Amino acid sequence: MRAFSYEKPADPAAAAARAAEVEGAKFLAGGTNLLDLMKLEIETPLHVIDVNGLGLDEISETEEGGLRIGTLVTNTALSADTRIRRDYPLLTRAIAAGATGQLRNKATTGGNLLQRTRCPYFYDTNMPCNKRAPGSGCGALTEGAFSRQLGVIGTSDACIATHPSDMAVAMRALDAVVETVTPTGMTREIPLEEFHLLPGDTPEDETALMPGELITHVRLPAPVGGTQEYHKVRDRASYAFALVSVALVRQADGSGRVALGGVAPKPWRSDAADAELPNGASAVMSVLLDGARPTEENAFKITLAERTLAAMLKEA
Amino acid sequence: MSPPIDFSLRRRTLLAGTAAAAAFSAANHRGAAAQSAGATAGPETTTVKLSVNGEQRELTVDNRTTLLDALREHLQLTGTKKGCDHGQCGACTCTVNGERINSCLSLAVMHDGDEVETIEGIGQPESMDAMQAAFVEHDGFQCGYCTPGQIQSARKVIEEIRAGIPSHVTGDLTAEIAITDAEIRERMSGNICRCGAYANILAAITQVAEESA
Repeated sequence: MRAFSYEKPADPAAAAARAAEVEGAKFLAGGTNLLDLMKLEIETPLHVIDVNGLGLDEISETEEGGLRIGTLVTNTALSADTRIRRDYPLLTRAIAAGATGQLRNKATTGGNLLQRTRCPYFYDTNMPCNKRAPGSGCGALTEGAFSRQLGVIGTSDACIATHPSDMAVAMRALDAVVETVTPTGMTREIPLEEFHLLPGDTPEDETALMPGELITHVRLPAPVGGTQEYHKVRDRASYAFALVSVALVRQADGSGRVALGGVAPKPWRSDAADAELPNGASAVMSVLLDGARPTEENAFKITLAERTLAAMLKEA
Repeated sequence: MSPPIDFSLRRRTLLAGTAAAAAFSAANHRGAAAQSAGATAGPETTTVKLSVNGEQRELTVDNRTTLLDALREHLQLTGTKKGCDHGQCGACTCTVNGERINSCLSLAVMHDGDEVETIEGIGQPESMDAMQAAFVEHDGFQCGYCTPGQIQSARKVIEEIRAGIPSHVTGDLTAEIAITDAEIRERMSGNICRCGAYANILAAITQVAEESA
């Protein structure tokens, strides 16, 4: 790990201002992903701004009948909140499907959205990676590369990494909105749909956040009801990233919402695909995964996504 | 580099010597990188006050020091083990403010004012905690390396179920959660045992859960 200086700012706006002002600054929340990456020298901040203790660890009710989740609410606290379990069970299911008890006790809401891909070529500093070292190439797209875990849609010739979060997939299905504070002290709202960027030619740019901008809350609109399920398909029964995950909200009239994890650089959902839900899994996936560009190794994800949704619709 | 051949060296001394040599070469590497990447914006060390097993401790650490290394290298509490050092194996599990965490993925400087409990604080050979005794009774280990982390997790798993924190295998999210084999197995998935003592670990946890019901 590279040496760094450390500070605890007084409030969120001060944290954002310092992050924009100090060269090589990085926010630290739970640390479960950042410290791992710092040990591998994939992340090399010169200055660490610890945002713990800034009072952003509460869940409050909004006037619209939804919930406002502080960015430092831990994954455990969020999944166990009685309002979340009752009104947003999809979110509890998705969070409980990820990581381990120890990690969920430390990992935070904002940090979960900002975690980096687990692409093996991003992690191996001996390999080329356009996300880690822009312009170096994509190790996952070389002859004989291991791409089984990687993305099939929304990817580019520069990068086929996936976003690893389960929580974000549920939040995308629930139309969550990210609230931030900027270095000049202004607040901003970013719908989760627009929060994560597709890689294009610049896979190092992963979110809509500007330099120094700090996530303060994630807001959930009023509950949408229906039956809510999260089905994660992975290589182990516990503690593994998704090959494919499906977040499903289904209303009594057959309408609903579908979001996918494990297939793209961001939680993958579209209104047009949601509209096909009454017509079955095949109809949904032919729209949602239209334009997919899988590799030979991960083409199975297309079939797996459709079959996973089909199984969920049959049980629902 | 090969370690110095000195048969009077004890194993631990030899390992410490090797680690020091590795740290020296790493420092050189860092120095070269730091020149090209710019300088830090302030001190690279911080003083932190912790309560460890009920005792107030004050440490001045390099900011990079993990809670795990602070416990092992600075406070000589070597019961908490370093396995993968990346949050994948759970050997470093300890309790901070009543919750189990991976101490390898947390910086010591993040824990100013926190209450830390390690395996040394849970029980001693002459006064074992119920979970420690159950691990002995059920042969919940072979080599013992993962055991402190397993015991830390195991104690908290029972508390987490009783507190109504749902897991991936929980059925009804609004009902009371029963302590079943499936719940215990799922919640222990962050603690790897390469000796494969899982069945006996499950038996030990189940016994403690039943005795404390």
